[in-house]
Amino acid sequence: MRLRYLGLALVSIFVASWAAAQSGGGDQRRTGYQDMSAPLQQMEDDDTANPGMLFVQAGEILWNAPAGKANKACADCHSAVDKSMKGVAARYPAFAKDTDTLVDLDGRINLCRTGQQQADALKPESQDILALSAYVTRASRGLPIAPPADPRLVKVRAEGEVLFKRREGQLNLSCANCHDDNAGRKLAGATIPQGHPTAYPVYRSEWQTVGSLQRRLRNCMIGMRSEPYAYNSAEYVALEAYLMDRAKGLKIESPGIRP
Amino acid sequence: MANALINAPKTAKRGDTIEIKALILHPMETGFRPGTNGRMIPRNIIEHFSARWNGEEIFAMTFSPAIAANPFVSFFTVAKESGKIDFLWTGDEDFRVTESVAITVT
Repeated sequence: MRLRYLGLALVSIFVASWAAAQSGGGDQRRTGYQDMSAPLQQMEDDDTANPGMLFVQAGEILWNAPAGKANKACADCHSAVDKSMKGVAARYPAFAKDTDTLVDLDGRINLCRTGQQQADALKPESQDILALSAYVTRASRGLPIAPPADPRLVKVRAEGEVLFKRREGQLNLSCANCHDDNAGRKLAGATIPQGHPTAYPVYRSEWQTVGSLQRRLRNCMIGMRSEPYAYNSAEYVALEAYLMDRAKGLKIESPGIRP
Repeated sequence: MANALINAPKTAKRGDTIEIKALILHPMETGFRPGTNGRMIPRNIIEHFSARWNGEEIFAMTFSPAIAANPFVSFFTVAKESGKIDFLWTGDEDFRVTESVAITVT
């Protein structure tokens, strides 16, 4: 008798959760986090086991260290990062204040370096830029992605969308072929994610280090035998702008973990 | 730049078994990989890790090239007395990082 009740209860739980998964409140978007194994999710959630936190820690040191001819630290202009940088990473790419320069977060950090600190720009994918960007993005953890309403960004996003949907490379694939049309299915044993950039800068176990969204895009382009753009090119920033808009409202989880 | 993250309880009861986790930033270059110029990248790994509780060694391990970058070590020990746990990583290219945490045993 008891067993039958248990069985019935299990069935109803299953039906309820299945129904919830199907409806999803109309939003069918999933982040890579939801498709990861439980141990990886725990690793991301535990700040003392998440190797991305090593970069956040390094970023904190850089944030407070004076640099360049101006001998100023980031902390000298901006107040504590949990106040001044809260929600900042959720807005980029955007046009830098009072200019026509379109930048992603790493580009924004480099503008501060060359402008305010009068130091050399940090190299793309260098440990320092990743550390600073991880530290700044960390202040937005748990906040929804909120692209700014700047009318100039509409054109940029449209360019990004074209790049996202355009077939290219020797395999003649577009980003959308996998991440829109076949998301959730398998590619070489791995679940194809929908491609929402919530976890960047991300610690990928394949890279054994932290990398930016541009490195991830480059990775996909090499995978479809297409020639990657140069780092910080307008194409990447447009793609980033489109992806952030596509993931609008999803929560930032950086520093994320991905396999 | 070398930094480490330690996860250990701040307090423990005497005789309790506690878990200590240590994570460190390190490339763990195996020495078996050619670089983009075709030449072998020299080996650069952590060779040894140890933990001492008030000077007494409670855990030690030797690393091999097969261990992935940013090694994460977790081990158990029995809480005996209040004091300090010192961690030491040593390795190739004069790699040497120390870290310590305080613990109160009641």
